[in-house]
Amino acid sequence: MTHNDSLNQSEFLLWTGLGLISFIGFWYLSVTLGFVPKQFLPAPHQVVLKFVQLLNEPFSGYTLFAHIASSFQRFVYGFILALVIGIPMGLIMALSKFANQIITPFFESIRFVAPIAWVPFAALWFGTGIGGPVLVIFMGAFPPVLINAYRGAIHVDNKYLEAAKMLGAGKFRLMTEVLFPAAIPSIIAGLRISAGLGWQSLVGAELIVASSGVGYMMVKGQASIQTDIVMSGMISIGLIGLLVDILLRQAEKLAVHYKEI
Amino acid sequence: MADIVFESVERSFKQGGKEFLAVGGIDFRVKDREFVAIVGPSGCGKTTCLRMVAGLDMPSKGRVLVGGNEVKGPGPDRAVVFQQFALFPWKTVQQNIEFGLKSMSMSAAEKRDKTARLISLMGLEGYEQAYPHQLSGGMQQRVAIARAYVLEPQVLLMDEPFGALDAQTRVVMQEELVRLARKNPKTVLFITHAVEEAVYLADRVVVMSRRPGLIRDVIEIKPIREKEGWDSHSQIEDVMDLSSFVQLRSQIWKLLREQNLGVDH
Repeated sequence: MTHNDSLNQSEFLLWTGLGLISFIGFWYLSVTLGFVPKQFLPAPHQVVLKFVQLLNEPFSGYTLFAHIASSFQRFVYGFILALVIGIPMGLIMALSKFANQIITPFFESIRFVAPIAWVPFAALWFGTGIGGPVLVIFMGAFPPVLINAYRGAIHVDNKYLEAAKMLGAGKFRLMTEVLFPAAIPSIIAGLRISAGLGWQSLVGAELIVASSGVGYMMVKGQASIQTDIVMSGMISIGLIGLLVDILLRQAEKLAVHYKEI
Repeated sequence: MADIVFESVERSFKQGGKEFLAVGGIDFRVKDREFVAIVGPSGCGKTTCLRMVAGLDMPSKGRVLVGGNEVKGPGPDRAVVFQQFALFPWKTVQQNIEFGLKSMSMSAAEKRDKTARLISLMGLEGYEQAYPHQLSGGMQQRVAIARAYVLEPQVLLMDEPFGALDAQTRVVMQEELVRLARKNPKTVLFITHAVEEAVYLADRVVVMSRRPGLIRDVIEIKPIREKEGWDSHSQIEDVMDLSSFVQLRSQIWKLLREQNLGVDH
């Protein structure tokens, strides 16, 4: 972060601001001047108005807040499930060649299946219950968590493992007190990718197997050709994704308060 | 009884498809509560010897016994002080020192007492909650020594523990180690390439030669040290001025140089 000092930060804000303003200006002009038909693309101010309206008035049963809350709840369940299973599994794979050889083939083939491809099973197994979206989210979030926990753990400097073994630590303590803390930066990098993929897959899942949530709201908006509703959904997804990423970066700062020596 | 016995120990490594002999046939015994230093040039296999006692490396031929039992793997009865300290950077000074005790069966109060005693012994009071990166090199090494000592191991293995320290800190640490070792003798295997350090600390000095790593000679220090009363001097420079010390140092120097081994000092 050395290149992000205060001088560059103001420059950074300037250029980002300029970019954003020109983008919205271009968007506004192309719609109001009639380059793009209004039913294809809503004007920016219409989207903002609709966004505010959705926050206050229910659409498809819920306000935008309630849709976001219901999406976010599913996301948190799936994400935590991915974390609780993925991190220990990755660490065990790093510690045991045996476990690694058993798990890797399954994992390597499953991770190429798009999370959304699990929707038919999600629907079959869970109907419209919360399990469906949670399963899809889990399938999106799980691979990066596992891969990064594993990679972080196999790159731990061997001297720490030797020191711990010499001090009488068994496999469990090697995992929890050496591999896990040493792999935290890599794990959090994985969580950030996971959060992105999980959040994306969730919306995909809600398009099909839910009766609330941002994805569901977008499908309903699309069905009634209200592009401004679809766009409001996209903005909510983007903002929540950004927020989750910021939270994870803060978590990393809290967790990694030491320096390597 | 915790002696260390090397029984025709060989260790070969593969390098670029070829086997090469790093340690070639070592027969040696470190007696119970004896302080033995191994000197030799880089690449003479001295660290490999120590790692085989620690159980972090295994002989290709022969075996290593500690207290009569063959070494099968690492364990807290043979504490290692590593050259690069290898403190856990994510743990505080206190947590680093406690680490080994956690796997032992004793009451929490006993663990606390032992840790506190070592913290005070190594002059680390006030730094209990500090992280290793906040400490100087000398302080980090004290933590590493405390972490090994707190286990009250029968055997202490030290791999160039002062190699990374500046000259002043090194001297202080050497004097402290002498005090600890004479007050509460343990079986110590100490690796160094500094001849003076070996003569000052050890009861016996093993001189190794390179390719393959073999014992070139073993020099008795303890009888001379006791006869000349080295330990009555509290400072290392006073000992290093004694003619008996100078003589031993030159003797070891010559052994190393005779074979044109290119020592660092």
